[in-house]
Amino acid sequence: MKPEGHAGLFAVSAEPLSLRQDPISYLLRYLSRTLTIAGMEARKLLHDPTELLTRAVQPALWLLVFGQVFTKIRAIPTGSMRYIDFMAPGILSQSVLFIAIFYGISIIWERDLGILHKFLVSPTPRSALVLGKAISAGLRGLTQGIIVYLLALLLGVSMNWNPLALLGVVLVVMLGAGFFATFSLVIACIVKTRERFMGIGQILTMPLFFASNAIYPISIMPRWLQVISHANPLTYQVDALRALMLSGGVSAYGVGVDMGILALATAILVVIGSRLYPTIAT
Amino acid sequence: MAILELEALTRRFSTLVAVNALTLTIERGEMFALLGPNGAGKSTTIKMLTTLLPPSAGSARVDGLDIARHPSAVRRIIGYVPQMLSADGTLTGRENLSVFARLYDVPRRERRPRVEEALAFMGLADAADRPVKQYSGGMIRRLEIAQSMIHNPRVLFLDEPTVGLDPSARRAVWEHIEQLRHRTGATIVLTTHQMEEADALCNRVAIMHQGNLVALGTPAELKASVAKRAATLEDVFLHYTGSDLETGGTYSETRRTRRAVRRLG
Repeated sequence: MKPEGHAGLFAVSAEPLSLRQDPISYLLRYLSRTLTIAGMEARKLLHDPTELLTRAVQPALWLLVFGQVFTKIRAIPTGSMRYIDFMAPGILSQSVLFIAIFYGISIIWERDLGILHKFLVSPTPRSALVLGKAISAGLRGLTQGIIVYLLALLLGVSMNWNPLALLGVVLVVMLGAGFFATFSLVIACIVKTRERFMGIGQILTMPLFFASNAIYPISIMPRWLQVISHANPLTYQVDALRALMLSGGVSAYGVGVDMGILALATAILVVIGSRLYPTIAT
Repeated sequence: MAILELEALTRRFSTLVAVNALTLTIERGEMFALLGPNGAGKSTTIKMLTTLLPPSAGSARVDGLDIARHPSAVRRIIGYVPQMLSADGTLTGRENLSVFARLYDVPRRERRPRVEEALAFMGLADAADRPVKQYSGGMIRRLEIAQSMIHNPRVLFLDEPTVGLDPSARRAVWEHIEQLRHRTGATIVLTTHQMEEADALCNRVAIMHQGNLVALGTPAELKASVAKRAATLEDVFLHYTGSDLETGGTYSETRRTRRAVRRLG
């Protein structure tokens, strides 16, 4: 019955796997587990991609309706840049925000089912569980990138097709999605129920979107809103995307600074998230 | 030699004492049942032993490892099947297994043969590439047990393994648990509120009531301890707790169990 050539699932008194404990082996295992979690989430998405298609509706509305109208009436001062060009990176950031900010509900769902408990009982470090989720949120964010790029082509936005710039867009989208998904995970760990989580998610999305440079420049905002916008990570995501996505795009703070802020903010949240993660199971 | 040693293990939730100073020793290779109604403290005990919940007081060791001091070492040597549905419905049976083979660091070349062997053993080879949401409740349970065994754990914890299953599916799950213990020699600890399950599967039973251990012994010993001829475990339970098995359970527990049952069915 037992297949030959391996230790066997049912080897009586089989020793648990012995593992090398040096830092490099540990790091490799950590990465492998993080990618296992991310890969599992990606597979789930492939099995049931309907959510991604319904998520295409919102950026389409913003760009095709709001964008076209406001480009025509020139209501928002964007200098020499056409308004539709100005807002395209903002709308990409917005769709990434929206797809990531409700991601936390998946862990409440997994908790209610019992899936989460099984992951917590495995020897996977909590931070690998959180980071894996963040990476998979990044992959979901990239699907939004494809949708917005298609819409932008349709609308004649002057895009930058330099491969390095595209790579930069991939990175920024993944960082932005990872940040907001981890933020969402932290909220889920605190509020613990679906109903409360949905309420808070609804309350957060619009202020995050409007208190940023996504659809108008910060310079036209009242002073108090400018302060809030500068504390909003979405602003830095939009700023980096504006520089990387558009031909002749410029960043106000520098792409490196933008990425640094996003990466640091994500890292802090991953640490907080991995502390809080086990508490949701109790 | 003892594989599980619980010393005055206690868990409080604000004022409620869910598990009250539980002291218990379980020997290597035993099939052990924690029996009691909903709310007796069985699941809380399992959650502490599986490192999901830190104890409020007392201690426990799994194969000599303290659950509070060495949680990650404990996680390596245990397997756990939660009460609720814990296989991912959107993934296939094979995908569900290979994710856990990776998370438990099963070496790359061993992953595939182990996954195949587990699928075959649990009678799921034909359904391996179907999404789990198309499985029956009994198949899902067998898959979950396979997931929890993929890393050769020394102790397997099954929390209400047959809740919500119809009698024939329940029997199939029992048979697989029996065979599994026979083949692996692992210690198995399960919780149940069904007398029949404890009687059919386990060599020792602990009866819990309102967080306390009220009786401990083999099913035969427990039956003999009741002054009544042809006593059943049901009688034993009534004798020790003075209450019916069906009582207990909070609103949220009931809601969760029902939801799990609905999804399993």
